[in-house]
Amino acid sequence: MTTSASSPALRLDGVSKSFRRETGESVLALDNISFSLDQGGLAALVGPDGAGKTTLIRLLTGLMKADRGVVSVLGIDPAKNPQAIQSRISYMPQRFGLYDDLTVRENLDLYADMHGVTADDKRTQYARLMEMTGLESFQKRLAGKLSGGMKQKLGLACTLVRSPELLLLDEPTVGVDPLSRRELWEIIRSLVKEGMTVLISSSFLDEAEACERVLVLDEGKKLAEGPPADVSSLALSRTYVLQPPDGMKPRDFQARLLADPDVVDAVPESGHVRLVSQAVSGRSGPAYFGGVLAQPTAARFEDGFMVLLQQTGGAKPNPSEEPQPEEALGGSRDDSMVEVHDLDRRFGKFVAVDHASFNVKRGEIFGLLGPNGAGKTTTFRMLCGLLPPSGGSLKVAGVDVRQASASARQHLGYVAQRFSLYGQLSVGENLAFFARAYGLRGKKKSERIAWALNQFKLEPFVRLPSAQLPGGFKQRLAMAASLLHRPEILFLDEPTSGADPFARREFWQRITVLAAGGVTVIVTTHFMAEAEYCDRAAILDNGKVLAQGTPAELRAHAPAEAGHIATMEDAFIAIVVDARSKEAAEHGERES
Amino acid sequence: MSPSLFRILALIQKEFLAVLKDPRSRFIIFLPPILQSMIFGYAASFDLNTVPYAVLNQSNSTASADLLSRLDGSGVFRRQADLERTKDISTWIDSSRAILVVRIDQDFERRLVAGGPATVEVIADGRNSNTAGTALGYLGSVVDGFNADWRSGHSQPGPPLRIVTRAWYNPNLDSRWSMIPSLVGTLTMMGTLMLTALSVAREREQGTFDQLLVTPFRPYEIMVGKAVPNMVIGLTQSTTILLIAQFWFHIPFVGSFVVLYAGLGLFLMAAVGLGLFVSSIAMTMQQAMLYAFLLVMPFALLSGLTTPISSMPEFLQSAMVINPLRYALDLTKRVYLEDAGFAQLLPDFLPLTIIGLVTLSGSAWLFSRRLA
Repeated sequence: MTTSASSPALRLDGVSKSFRRETGESVLALDNISFSLDQGGLAALVGPDGAGKTTLIRLLTGLMKADRGVVSVLGIDPAKNPQAIQSRISYMPQRFGLYDDLTVRENLDLYADMHGVTADDKRTQYARLMEMTGLESFQKRLAGKLSGGMKQKLGLACTLVRSPELLLLDEPTVGVDPLSRRELWEIIRSLVKEGMTVLISSSFLDEAEACERVLVLDEGKKLAEGPPADVSSLALSRTYVLQPPDGMKPRDFQARLLADPDVVDAVPESGHVRLVSQAVSGRSGPAYFGGVLAQPTAARFEDGFMVLLQQTGGAKPNPSEEPQPEEALGGSRDDSMVEVHDLDRRFGKFVAVDHASFNVKRGEIFGLLGPNGAGKTTTFRMLCGLLPPSGGSLKVAGVDVRQASASARQHLGYVAQRFSLYGQLSVGENLAFFARAYGLRGKKKSERIAWALNQFKLEPFVRLPSAQLPGGFKQRLAMAASLLHRPEILFLDEPTSGADPFARREFWQRITVLAAGGVTVIVTTHFMAEAEYCDRAAILDNGKVLAQGTPAELRAHAPAEAGHIATMEDAFIAIVVDARSKEAAEHGERES
Repeated sequence: MSPSLFRILALIQKEFLAVLKDPRSRFIIFLPPILQSMIFGYAASFDLNTVPYAVLNQSNSTASADLLSRLDGSGVFRRQADLERTKDISTWIDSSRAILVVRIDQDFERRLVAGGPATVEVIADGRNSNTAGTALGYLGSVVDGFNADWRSGHSQPGPPLRIVTRAWYNPNLDSRWSMIPSLVGTLTMMGTLMLTALSVAREREQGTFDQLLVTPFRPYEIMVGKAVPNMVIGLTQSTTILLIAQFWFHIPFVGSFVVLYAGLGLFLMAAVGLGLFVSSIAMTMQQAMLYAFLLVMPFALLSGLTTPISSMPEFLQSAMVINPLRYALDLTKRVYLEDAGFAQLLPDFLPLTIIGLVTLSGSAWLFSRRLA
């Protein structure tokens, strides 16, 4: 084998791969993709769900065969000789196969034995991995009892039990808290420094910036390839930060700015609005948007990505299709819609939610922020009456959900994290069923269904079985179904997870309009930046509410740094680090 | 219409849509009952149509030839071989080439003529006791015929005792007549119990159950909405099998359809109730499938379909009080062949009603307890 330093570690040339859906139509997962990565390089594969990231990685491992094109990994065709490839690379899939009932050490041993690592090698390798991942003191803990971030670190350690020449990581940071995310990235960087070649896929656009090369995919097509700066530079001299006018919420200002055809993208950020303009700023003086002076700022990868998406025909939420506000719901804005006091939930010895308390007023957007396993979904299920609490009190729309369930539920709307409408039924049939489930009949029912179809642009799909809807439309249908009966409170569990940036902007635009109409919205997310859209948010970790307040109040937790406006992510890390060190101190006191 | 009834109707309609739109579930509902009733109708019979047998005829007399020709002429016995030596018997039995071997002694005719008892020795393959028993029964009736004719032909007095049989409701004692009506209950229970147990488990796995629970549906409304469509599907299956019984196998239906469908309705309520009970315990489709099998297998085997309940050990007999299938078998057969009425079938109707009510309310209670 001749793999000189100059030959690429992996190379794709005109690779295509299509799948056949259950319903018969074929889907092009990868369309004529070419890409190469040098030995010792670090590359990121970015794009929304369904872009083809996992398919590409699986082609490289030899688990799948390309329909067309050349795939070469370490000079070998993985489809022809999968065994030879699999002994020289390591692959960590999205859901890594850790055994929950084995300890950290036993999981490591299992993978080491499977790969035939000798006892001597184990000793040196384990010491290195333990130091790298910080799992040293958790060796005897069951893998199932680890937090999401630690599980990913253990998964990574298991894939590294023997030193591979090429490491393939499929979305290792999804659902992981920002702190663990940073730590994972430090591990990855140190591996690259040691000479390993790493390909990592991610739907976090900021992670691309840390790599030497990126491959941007969207619906199987290559949007860009090269150093991340190439993508960022697309938004060069087009990126600004704007201060919202007095008394205006950043999210409302952002919605107004997005409607401007000269604006490519706008997002609320740290109390301001970040904006990418259509035109490059000239020497004609300062730029104004929405009557506000725009401060130029350095372009980031995401800014460039939005320009790229627009250039290749992506759909920015069209102002003429903006969700129309409905006649406002009655009631005072001072009404307390959700009151949670000392809420507890245990599963056996495991404490999923630990004395959580918060209040949400009518028309507020309230965010529950935290990594996977923080207790967001458990809290949610209790609020919706799907799970009885172990302790504490809980009032939704003024009543205890458990006492007066059926009537209280008439005021709720619920959108689960996973698409959970009836897949075999058509869009129209699903809407009709949920309308009737909420007691809508006759003219009222047909009016509301027509409204939902129109608002969520679902008319072309009325007869399509909902399982066959494209990803983003499934979520729209789920929201449409939950809004038919005009609920006073809307619960949304991880609505933006895996969605592309446009779909996320559009989603928040709808939420903003709903809240303006008096709907109380409670939403969970692991995108910290999305807290900027909320009126107030609570930060959860290990089942505890660590902090809550307006986005500005939360950001104030982050240490002040000159020349850097604190982001929600900085705040989250500061809050979690603070809470963990306090807990450790208390623990220490108790022990001594 | 009350809001509660309105919601239940919406759920029933949704259930039908979900089942009928899916080609796979349409297939699962209609094809197996048709196929199974055809297969079991032809294959699962207690009647023996052919009995392969061998003869060791050491008599070689007119009398022995007469006896053997009676056997061969019966249409059931097929002579496979005429053996020469006693040790050949074991070869034919061991290799299963003959179920019976008939040995006729040298002095067979001499003894007959002398008026004394002559013996015909029959070796039967006891490895399959049912078949051997039936074959021996057939042989016995052939021998009875021989005896009677011999006596009258040799002016000897007839036998002191003679059985005259009249089989009521099934004059030819055709086992198909009792087997096929039994399939109505058996096949329908397997189908509906499984379908019901899986329908809730599927919703749980796909997350749609949570979506249903956050709507104003009350647990009992979900119960009813899930029970009714599955009962209707079960009735469709029963009707299919009944039609096959009458128009394909030509088994005459003598009873009242009103009584039969009243009974089937109660039976399906019990079967669906059991299915919902299973699904209130099972968290996944796999669990639901396992639990359902755990119920269906003993219920089907111990229902009296193949072996009489009265011959089971005492404790099993009392355990089978909760088996809805045994009542269903009894009532379908009795209505179908005997024209039994409501009053006669009360011992079937009553337990079915109780099982249905207990399981349905039990599962509604379990569902609501899970939530509160």
